[in-house]
Amino acid sequence: MSLILSSAPHVRSKANTQRLMLNVIIALLPSLAAGIYYFGWRAALVVGVSVASAVAAEFIWQKLSRQKVRVYDLSAVVTGLLLGLIVPPSAPWWMMIIGSFFAIMVVKQLFGGIGDNFLNPALAARALLLASWPALMTSGYNIGKFADATSSATPLLAGASYMDLLLGNVTGAIGETCKIAILLGFIWLLVTRTIRFEIPAAILGTAALLGWALGYDPLTTVLSGGLLFGAVFMATDYVTTPMRWEARALYAVGVGIIVVLIRKFGSYPEGVTYAILLMNIAGPLFDRIPMHRIYGYTKAKKEGK
Amino acid sequence: MKATFRGGVHPAHGSKRPTQALATRDFVSDTVQIVMNMNIGAPSKPCVKKGDHVKVGQVIGEPVGFLGLPVHASVSGEVVAVDAIPYLTGDMVQSVTIKNDFQDEWEELHPLGNVEKVDPAQIIPAIKAAGICGMGGASFPTHVKLTIAPGKKCEYVLANGAECETHITCDDRLMQENATRVVDGLRAVMRALNVSQGIIGIEDNKPAAIAAMQKACQGRHGVRVQVMKTKYPQGGEKQLIKVLTGREVPSGGLPIDCGCVVVNVGTCAAIADAIIDGKPVIDRICTVTGAVRSPANLRLRIGTITEDIIGECGGYSTDPGKIFFGGAMTGMCLPNDQLPMAKSTNGIVVFTKEEAVSAEESPCIRCSKCVDACPIGLNPYDMKIFADAEKWDVCKKKHVMDCMLCGACAFICPARRWLTPSFKIAKQKIAEQAKKEAAAK
Ligand code: SF4
Ligand code: SF4
Repeated sequence: MSLILSSAPHVRSKANTQRLMLNVIIALLPSLAAGIYYFGWRAALVVGVSVASAVAAEFIWQKLSRQKVRVYDLSAVVTGLLLGLIVPPSAPWWMMIIGSFFAIMVVKQLFGGIGDNFLNPALAARALLLASWPALMTSGYNIGKFADATSSATPLLAGASYMDLLLGNVTGAIGETCKIAILLGFIWLLVTRTIRFEIPAAILGTAALLGWALGYDPLTTVLSGGLLFGAVFMATDYVTTPMRWEARALYAVGVGIIVVLIRKFGSYPEGVTYAILLMNIAGPLFDRIPMHRIYGYTKAKKEGK
Repeated sequence: MKATFRGGVHPAHGSKRPTQALATRDFVSDTVQIVMNMNIGAPSKPCVKKGDHVKVGQVIGEPVGFLGLPVHASVSGEVVAVDAIPYLTGDMVQSVTIKNDFQDEWEELHPLGNVEKVDPAQIIPAIKAAGICGMGGASFPTHVKLTIAPGKKCEYVLANGAECETHITCDDRLMQENATRVVDGLRAVMRALNVSQGIIGIEDNKPAAIAAMQKACQGRHGVRVQVMKTKYPQGGEKQLIKVLTGREVPSGGLPIDCGCVVVNVGTCAAIADAIIDGKPVIDRICTVTGAVRSPANLRLRIGTITEDIIGECGGYSTDPGKIFFGGAMTGMCLPNDQLPMAKSTNGIVVFTKEEAVSAEESPCIRCSKCVDACPIGLNPYDMKIFADAEKWDVCKKKHVMDCMLCGACAFICPARRWLTPSFKIAKQKIAEQAKKEAAAK
């Protein structure tokens, strides 16, 4: 009889890294489907190229640097999907390759690979593309169901009804417009306990409140642009959010505030990308603020000594 | 609202407890091998030799040192060997092997009678003489726990009936089948310590045990049942105290530092047996489950060999891959099935080859699930980085000494990081270092 000897615990939860990533992929499928429905096959192509090149970039990097190839953990698929869903439907294929390679090789792997990047790879890539090809990144919405639209109205100022906003009957990035699809994904993530509801709730709540204070309609604030997509899928990225819930709360409130401030005072119509990236940088600092209590330490007997 | 603590995990309880509804039955084997290190502290010294005839309850190992406890024969018969065997940790341990003559001839016992009438001063010595140590798995000598240091005061005696580990149902069965004994034991401790409040904490997944204990508490002085939420590690001493009294054990301190003493319900029953019948610890209930043909709750004589126990449960249902004493969150692995169970063995779990496969570590994805799960409020992902780098002093600054090795973080980690095992090593290293420094002074 040969028995395995190992240290406790002898059981592990079902959800491993791959399973969690798969949950995110599943959660993104409704948004992908909605994007293809509204913008046609071109959207599918953009996302396809983005995913394929993200996976290729991860594989090549891990091979070249002689690391263990971990493509099967599906994290590169998630990055590729996310990037593909936050660009306009007519984004050129070469731009997606550049974006994906930048996200994986520079933002993720250069900093040490999964778990060590401090910026959200997909968002950082979007920021790069926005800065490099602003025209391509803020137009090209007039395809598919919107082929006859007279102008490419910026997503925020569309003046659409709540119903249009919810259903995604407005122009915008491939995966960001249909709020119903995003909410379906959100529910899946919550049911499978992949993410906790606090971060999206705090971001949306803060944005709605501040928006209301600044004279916006709170519901339109929440439903317009990429806020919902960012709150559900981007701001909840494990690697780039703070570890302790106290810090996560600060982070989420921060994102909500910055989004609304950029919308109100910035020259960009869409502040979600920058808001989250900024808070990605601030997040680790929040974790350093000693805000939490450890069992058995009273105020008098301060932790640390 | 049901009481609970912050953090914790749910390691799939219901499905893993096929023995919850099975009544305890006795099993007495041909031979028992009784090890001398069943309690924390110095091992006891064998005081019988090969060829001796012993009676049930006869002292076969004498206590050594401050934490020492006597060891008693669990069957009557002939001593066939007194020798050293490698036990759970791999260290050599003295053991006494007795061939059972099935006469069940008992040593003369000295009952003290009703726990409500016995002279309180006699209680703790009787507990020591009966060889009682923590039956929930901790195996700390109970009489030492109950000897309150001068200047400290005990206000609550807490009976731990949480049984939050996976697989194990022995306390559940005990509370259902022998509720009065548990209350008797709790009352004995309360009287010994002159405490007026006794609380029995039970997780809400044991409704039958809760009902039985509530009934047994009726008309008894100062004792009550508190139902707690089912969550691991609800039965951790620190969590139990927090939930039942709202107090916290100070870091590095003992329960008594916040006015509490925690006694497992199995220990309570053993105490009652010692006082009422004068009976030492010669048996205990043990849950045998996993890859065995018919899982069971068995009342086993101390020192029963694992192989015999598995045989009594119909044998292995498939090739075993791993066997451990205790539940899946904190259990100790056995190198083979020839080792005997001891006083604190509350369960024997057999894993199949597939279940036994150890998860491979992958990079941390900073999901913070470990942070959310830690009942102490530590940052396991962070401590792990420094434990891997063998920076023990940094681990210490990050409070690894407050880690109770509950396994919740390692259980939940999607990257399958060996968090708890690393902290175990870190704690050992830091303790060794402290010892060295103390010796150098
Ligand atoms: S093993 Fe230690 S660090 Fe991990 S959850 Fe338990 S107490 Fe916290
Ligand atoms: S649970 Fe595992 S992967 Fe997640 S933060 Fe903790 S150590 Fe990292």
